[in-house]
Amino acid sequence: MVAVQAKDDMAGLRRVLDEEGKVVPGAEVPNIPEEDLVRIFETLLTVRVMDERMMRLQRQGRLGFYMKAIGEEATALAVYALRGDDWVFPSYREHGAWFWRGYSIESYINQLFGNVDDPVKGRQMPVHHSASEINMVSISSPVGTQIPQAVGTAQAMAIEGTDRCALTFFGEGTSSTGEFHVAMNFAGVARAPVIFLLRNNGWAISVPREKQTAAKTFASKAVGYGMPGVRVDGNDVLAVVKATEEAAERARAGDGPTLIEAVTYRVQGHSSSDDPSAYRDPDEPSEWELRDPVNRYRAYLKSRGIWSESLETEITERLNERITKAIEHATTAAMPDRETLFEDVYESMPWHIAEQRDALLSQPPVKSPHGH
Amino acid sequence: MATMNIIQAVNSALHIEMARESKVVVLGEDVGKFGGVFRATSGLYDQFGPDRVIDTPLAEGGIIGSAIGMALYGMRPVPEIQFADFIFPAFDQIVNELAKFRYRSGGQYPCPVVIRTPYGGGIRGGHYHSQSPESMFAHVAGLQVVIPSTPADAKGLLLSCLRQNDPVLFMEPKRIYRAARGEVDEGDTTIPLGKANVVREGEHCTLIAYGAMLSVIEEAANKAAEQGIRCEVIDLRTLVPFDVETLIASVKKTGRAVVVHEAPRTCGYGAELVASICERAMEYLEAPIQRVTGFDTPFPYVLEHEYLPNADRVLGAVRETLEW
Repeated sequence: MVAVQAKDDMAGLRRVLDEEGKVVPGAEVPNIPEEDLVRIFETLLTVRVMDERMMRLQRQGRLGFYMKAIGEEATALAVYALRGDDWVFPSYREHGAWFWRGYSIESYINQLFGNVDDPVKGRQMPVHHSASEINMVSISSPVGTQIPQAVGTAQAMAIEGTDRCALTFFGEGTSSTGEFHVAMNFAGVARAPVIFLLRNNGWAISVPREKQTAAKTFASKAVGYGMPGVRVDGNDVLAVVKATEEAAERARAGDGPTLIEAVTYRVQGHSSSDDPSAYRDPDEPSEWELRDPVNRYRAYLKSRGIWSESLETEITERLNERITKAIEHATTAAMPDRETLFEDVYESMPWHIAEQRDALLSQPPVKSPHGH
Repeated sequence: MATMNIIQAVNSALHIEMARESKVVVLGEDVGKFGGVFRATSGLYDQFGPDRVIDTPLAEGGIIGSAIGMALYGMRPVPEIQFADFIFPAFDQIVNELAKFRYRSGGQYPCPVVIRTPYGGGIRGGHYHSQSPESMFAHVAGLQVVIPSTPADAKGLLLSCLRQNDPVLFMEPKRIYRAARGEVDEGDTTIPLGKANVVREGEHCTLIAYGAMLSVIEEAANKAAEQGIRCEVIDLRTLVPFDVETLIASVKKTGRAVVVHEAPRTCGYGAELVASICERAMEYLEAPIQRVTGFDTPFPYVLEHEYLPNADRVLGAVRETLEW
């Protein structure tokens, strides 16, 4: 084990795969059919290829803003353990959760550009997706707001008498917010069928995890709210899936919430707007690359005889081709008409907003300073 | 018809809607067995059970946050914030989440939460049981703000709030919770949102208020009438979106207006009313519009009777408009 910033965090983690992708002796391997194993691999690659392509666009000045998930792709696959009728309240770095549940590459890229085909109609910054048809809830920027909302949805599911559950993603920095504690407490008291998936990636923009809590682990916070806290290797897809499956089972059985701390690492900046060399040891990421979730999973698939060079090439080429087409469309598609600015504030437009709309429409259009 | 106070009227609306629509749930602090500190949810727990009448832990952000999650999923939550003064831990959930979900999701996620909260002074509650924060919420795109002043309105407006698909802050004037009594339809009668009520017609000056201040302007109108001044009295009922047509029609007739609220003056809701009237009926105005409001101070304890607008202050403002 290499000495890294979060080395204490690595002790006692639940794992299925070791750093070479071999099954850890005695580990319980989740029962995943082979076609799903391949689909998981494709999802991980989708995120990696997408991030690389979108970041390039951002650096070329063609995309305003982007957030990468590199190094953290495996944690988002917690959603493998869910059913389609379960709900997900994401943060902004779980791209794989969207793709796994069926959000298209085209919708993803249209959202980044806010064009007429953006599912949220150009109303939000890049990576703030929403897809009600797959029960993925609209993302907001203030961290932690989604956590009590997930609890409320879970409570509603229980009130309705279903065996559905809700899962919410957030980072370790978010565990410092009041919303986290309030939500954990509400969930514990109500025994709500909810899964709290804390992505401990070591950094909240420039602030290391040690400055978020004096507790030894984030999972230990579960104790105070009367629920189990589980720590898994967040770079081990199979361990993340296994832990989430167990949490979902508890939720469905009426046994209440679970906090899962998935320990991972933010290999690059928080977003396209920051340079991590300004605030952390430049050697730290390279040490973490040894635990790269995609490499480990690839090695596992290889050992199972599922992976081949040609399979990966086929997937990557197909993805790249589809992404290229989607970029072409997204960058040439029209922007939303300016009257849409006034829609969806309320179900029907009240007089004062209609009046403001009419006033704007009576003026000549204003050219966007951002070139669209 | 039955004689009810505002609490009984609110309670009646909740009973009717919970019986009619199984998706309606009530949640908040002490709303369950105890029936709420003001008794507005009395009897609901016994009739509808702990799944639909939920005593929550004591945290407003959690009450509103979880209510939002319920609404996104398709329920019709009616959270109670015990006093409007305590609403601020939930401010982010209300402003950035509840009010924005429909818009930011491109219309995918409506969020019909009706937040009930008692507000206002006059109960010897000091700063933390007396404030009127309506203008802070009226400023929030995506939210509606409704404030009844009578039992019949409390019931009819609340039923309307519960049957539309956008978030509402329903502020209940606790000073007159029990004092205001009136005839209320025991059945299922709604009152439309966004419509003001012309309580009394007059041609000399328009008095505009909402909530507990309605009785103050009515008293002022009575006193004015003794001096031969006939005031038109308007109960706004809905602050967002407010009934601009009724206001403008009245001011065009009277040429004068006095706007009254107990919240502080600066950036208070009255400022919006004054501006809107000036924009639309400037040429009809015989005098500057007067504001009678609380002061730009924290809400006091022993001196609240000095702080709160009363009929004499309103009458003084009416005279100013007439003598200008």
